[in-house]
Amino acid sequence: MSSDERADGNRGTPFAPHTAAETAAMLDAIGVESEDALFDIPQDIEFDGALGIEPRSERAIRKEISAMLDRNHDLTEFLGRGHYDHYVPSAVDHLADRSEFLTSYTQYQPEVAQGFLQALFEYQSMLVELTGLEVANCSMYDAASALGEAATLAIRVRATSGDRVLVPEHLHDGRRAVLDNYLAGTDAVVEAYPMDDGIVDHDGLADAVDEDCVMVYAENPTVRGTIEEGLGGIGDLADDHDALFCLGSDPVALSLLEEPASVGADVVIGDAALGLGAADGMGLGLFATREEFLRQVPGRLVGAGEDSEQKRAYTLTLQTREQHIRRERATSNICTNQAWVALRAAMHAAWLGPDGLIDLAKESVTRASEVADRLDGVNGVAAPVHDRHHFREVVARTDREASAVKEDLEAEGYAIHAIDDHLVQVCVTETNADRIDDLVAAVEAVA
Amino acid sequence: MKFNQARWTRETPEEGGEVYEPLLSEKSSRAVETDDAPLPDDLTRDGIELPDPAEPELARHYTRLSQMNYGVENGPFPLGSCTMKYNPSFTEDVAALPAAATHPDRSTDSIQGNLELRHRLAESLARIGGMDSVTLQPPAGAAGEFTGILVAKAYHEQNGNDRNEIIIPESAHGTNFASAALAGYEVVSLPSADDGRVGVDALRAATGDDTAALMLTNPNTLGLFERDIEEIADIVHDSGGLLYYDGANLNALLGRARPGDMGFDVMHYNVHKTFATPHGGGGPGAGPVGVVEELAPYLPTPQVSEVDSDGSDDASYERFEPEHSIGKVHGFAGNWLVLVKTYAYIARLGDPGLRDTSAKAVLNANYLARLIDYDIPFEPFHHEFVASADRDAADVAKRMLDYGVHPPTTKWPEIVDEALMTEPTEAESRAALDALASAFDRAAADDDEALETAPERTAARRIDQADAARNPRLSWHALDDE
Repeated sequence: MSSDERADGNRGTPFAPHTAAETAAMLDAIGVESEDALFDIPQDIEFDGALGIEPRSERAIRKEISAMLDRNHDLTEFLGRGHYDHYVPSAVDHLADRSEFLTSYTQYQPEVAQGFLQALFEYQSMLVELTGLEVANCSMYDAASALGEAATLAIRVRATSGDRVLVPEHLHDGRRAVLDNYLAGTDAVVEAYPMDDGIVDHDGLADAVDEDCVMVYAENPTVRGTIEEGLGGIGDLADDHDALFCLGSDPVALSLLEEPASVGADVVIGDAALGLGAADGMGLGLFATREEFLRQVPGRLVGAGEDSEQKRAYTLTLQTREQHIRRERATSNICTNQAWVALRAAMHAAWLGPDGLIDLAKESVTRASEVADRLDGVNGVAAPVHDRHHFREVVARTDREASAVKEDLEAEGYAIHAIDDHLVQVCVTETNADRIDDLVAAVEAVA
Repeated sequence: MKFNQARWTRETPEEGGEVYEPLLSEKSSRAVETDDAPLPDDLTRDGIELPDPAEPELARHYTRLSQMNYGVENGPFPLGSCTMKYNPSFTEDVAALPAAATHPDRSTDSIQGNLELRHRLAESLARIGGMDSVTLQPPAGAAGEFTGILVAKAYHEQNGNDRNEIIIPESAHGTNFASAALAGYEVVSLPSADDGRVGVDALRAATGDDTAALMLTNPNTLGLFERDIEEIADIVHDSGGLLYYDGANLNALLGRARPGDMGFDVMHYNVHKTFATPHGGGGPGAGPVGVVEELAPYLPTPQVSEVDSDGSDDASYERFEPEHSIGKVHGFAGNWLVLVKTYAYIARLGDPGLRDTSAKAVLNANYLARLIDYDIPFEPFHHEFVASADRDAADVAKRMLDYGVHPPTTKWPEIVDEALMTEPTEAESRAALDALASAFDRAAADDDEALETAPERTAARRIDQADAARNPRLSWHALDDE
């Protein structure tokens, strides 16, 4: 008998507890001969073939997946552009993996789900503090879908006269592509406005924005790691034309850079950058906005209320915005979200505390500046390309073709971005900062 | 079964008495200024005020919160249409392998392991659904619906068809309507026939030149198999429309019937339901989308393909953009860690386990239904059934909490009066189902007062949700402002 088989020889799923005798007794109680008799599937569409998936033991699968993933090259990544690898403390893994959190679901019965609801309320509160806006939801899928949701919100609240959504010339391809799809069902058009040496070209934006514009999107830091210098002006331009100002950022940057509310942001979106490290793009979409748009917010909201003992208790609230009640008139189609990642991000932020967050942000500035200086010292490399302040990452110019530099660096064990013919981008966090010397040495060898 | 959920209360310094576990901000909060920033003052904020717990305090805070939360490992969780099955622990460990922690912008050569896993998973899902190609990019079921509808839309546009309607049965999941609307379609709501299924005559009347697709869940939300599915498919296809399968209830059919064989052209899989990846208190899930060959050129980019291996042992994989791709539905490549868990679960089950899963899921629903003293108007159901509470279903549900189980989905679908939509999944033992049935029946037998004051053994007592919505307080800042 293999270890996959149950003691009674019933070789099916290991995750159903039934012994053969119990199954028989249950069938008897129902009054049918077999499990097959319970299915009401017309015979000619019944599947009686083999799927061809061989069951394996737990141990075999662990080996199999390990072996598969070991085909990934063991590279030191200096990659960012919207997905950041900050060190996640062990406490986050262990606490978030508690099965009461991990194996629960949307809090339809708040009386038995106070723990997760409170954690999400705390997550919302942290975003409220960091953005200065009054409302944050429990999560979107990622920054890209949050940007899409921001645009549909803008259309709902502002599309009396037009349908233009303005985005920066430098924007992550994935964010732009997802935004385009979120607007596929509308008449809105997405247009790029110019940037000047890595940040928003104020005059160019002023020329682009008009009364037909429903939303202006900007990022701080930008996808190239530059820190925006004219946020207040962008907010004013948007406001003057009755467009929403949507700002993309992340909690680490928000702890140090200008507070979104103070520069006129109406919506803040972004990726958490906390809670999960590198996860092949899996992340957490932030979404915060002003109270006046509360009824137009996509996704779940946790509110504080009272129970019958007059104690403060938490519950999902304002659910009439949502798909399960409002159906095709809902503010969004989102149901399952990234709640567990939000829990992790809140734990991570609490573990860091305000000092830790601000320190991490300061280090993100100094490390970017340090790696730019070091790369600039390499023959054939100039950095930073943009004469700006930077956060986590910088763009460098290479005399050699950027893709060749990237490829050669990969052979040396380092991953960087090649973003244009002669432009590379390098991102530094606490997880790779101790390898800057090695990276620079490798760049010297290949650039 | 008796149940008392852990309940932490604390007296507050202010008048008002007690709270449950205080907020992190009430335990330790610090305002910190952003002095000495390596940036000009006008680019920085003044400061932030956030909780500042030491790690031991953090651990205790979240452990207590977890104790005031009910998950699948606490007990039965028969939430209809959510498939709250057991989440095998080992899948967490494979997803946590250090080699899985990679950045999405890695070169194709350097990430062959991820691509191989993605390719193999897509292939398994395609076989399970009877589909030809699968994208793993959609990060949730609703995102999968949106993706599938965008694929259908792109297909129609490519073929010069201007179709603006999606037909959806009235009893469908709310996300179907919202996803179709997000993609810019008019929704045509199709009433259920008397037997709880799609009525082919009504469908025929609703279908026409404007029909882009019919979205269908099968078994439907009453647990009934749409026996006329082949005729339904013919009606939709004859009109030039496509047939969309909502995979929320796929657990009922694993290894026994495949959407592709029923005539569906496009479908999504809810891996957090059918394939046991944990629901995480609301997510993350993943909503891969499968399509027939004709629709494969429209899938999101990138797709992964196997390169001719030239006879070497290790195949290699590349990423490509399908010819008429709709673009992207996630900024990167979806919820990768969830996909790793999905792969592990499917591998653990294999053919016999998949087939046994649907057998036990349907066995459990039928066994439980026979035990409980409730009217179940629609039969024969499969993995879930909808019972009628015959009094306020929400009250019955609250009382069930006291008996140590999570209640079913309540008051939906509306076709059943005071609905209790119940999906026990294959993970419950006979003994657990007996206890669950007892919770149903004890709640039904309790008097009105017991129901209206329930729950009394949970961390919090009955919460006034209407009041919370009238006076929204969505952050600790809002509490402080009072």
